Amino acid sequence: MATTTHDAAGAAAGHAAESAGMPQLDFASFPNQIFWLVVTLVAIYWVLSRIALPRIGGVLADRQSAITGDLTAAEEFKLRAKEAEAAYERALVEARSDAQKIVGQARAEIQKDLDAATAHADAEIAARASESERRIGEIRAGAMEAVVAVAREAAADIVAAMGGKADAKAVAKAVDARLKG
Amino acid sequence: MATEEAGSALSFHPMDQFIVKPLFGDGPINWYTPTNVTLWMALAVVGIYLLLVVGTRGRAVIPTRMQSIAELAYGFVHKMVEDVTGKDGLRYFPYIFTLFMFIVFANFLGLLPRAFTPTSHIAVTAVLAMAVFLTVTILGFVKNGAAFLGLFWVSSAPLALRPVLALIELISYFVRPVSHSIRLAGNMMAGHAVIKVFAGFAAVAVISPLSIVAITAMYGLEILVSFIQAYVFTILTCVYLKDALHPHH
Repeated sequence: MATTTHDAAGAAAGHAAESAGMPQLDFASFPNQIFWLVVTLVAIYWVLSRIALPRIGGVLADRQSAITGDLTAAEEFKLRAKEAEAAYERALVEARSDAQKIVGQARAEIQKDLDAATAHADAEIAARASESERRIGEIRAGAMEAVVAVAREAAADIVAAMGGKADAKAVAKAVDARLKG
Repeated sequence: MATEEAGSALSFHPMDQFIVKPLFGDGPINWYTPTNVTLWMALAVVGIYLLLVVGTRGRAVIPTRMQSIAELAYGFVHKMVEDVTGKDGLRYFPYIFTLFMFIVFANFLGLLPRAFTPTSHIAVTAVLAMAVFLTVTILGFVKNGAAFLGLFWVSSAPLALRPVLALIELISYFVRPVSHSIRLAGNMMAGHAVIKVFAGFAAVAVISPLSIVAITAMYGLEILVSFIQAYVFTILTCVYLKDALHPHH
């Protein structure tokens, strides 16, 4: 440590004498520094203005235009997507109304079939009912005749049993009168 | 020397790092002699070339890391010039960017161990500041003619105060290059000298841990200062340029 600092101090000693401890105020080095500074600045300015700045500026401009282009393209795609969505929506509405229509038609048809079937059934029922009624009427009429016949016979038998001579006509008349009364 | 004769391990040469030495031999320093100033300025040029030219050679729309940094630097200074001086100041953007890149690279390269920091020398910063001062003054007169003197005539102040204010403004105008240059050189010199002083203390075993921590902390601070001083120098240049282009307050 001591030897290295000694070397540095020894090298510094020559300048230190004239700069009084502050190398910044060693005016002997000024022309040198200023000369090399000017060379450096010119070199940097040359590199920047000839190569670096146009290139970076160009890249930035390219990027800006690319971004702008992408944004407009995105805007366009968005518009297209919106259109597609509207078309889809329209198709959906159409399909729904179609479906509605088909459902209505089907319902009407079914109703018609149903009505026809109902009417048919009603007619059949009515026919059957009148048929049965007629039969019931026949049966009732048959029954009445039978009752009359049985009553006449019975009355004739009763008269005969009483020892009378049963006049068939008179018995029938009497029975009919009783049946009415 | 006195400390060494006393046999102490402590020997401070915090200013040795600023000595301008010839690169080859040990002769006198003429204006053309290649010195450590030449070396470190050349390294700054190489660094700028690597960053801004080699780093951007892909011209990629999606930048690489290096290109990203180069674009960041470009955008940073471009925005600064535009914000401070307005659109018409962008003509001078290449000059201001040159200043900024030189100072930033000189400052940061100077932070390398054993490096020499050109921007810690008043000779360098004074030339930079005087170049800015002269350019701005000449530009002011060329662009505005005698109306440039309106910069010193504060029309918003009461009439009686204006001559006094004009004198103060005039003095402050001429102090600009002094403060402009000393601010940069002083900051760089002080930081590097303080690091060296702490490094000197590191030779004493008892305080060397503390000293190393202090060096680390100072180094971090110096990284900040390196950037901030480049930024300050550049933005002040923009402000002076704005005064030249638009002298009316």
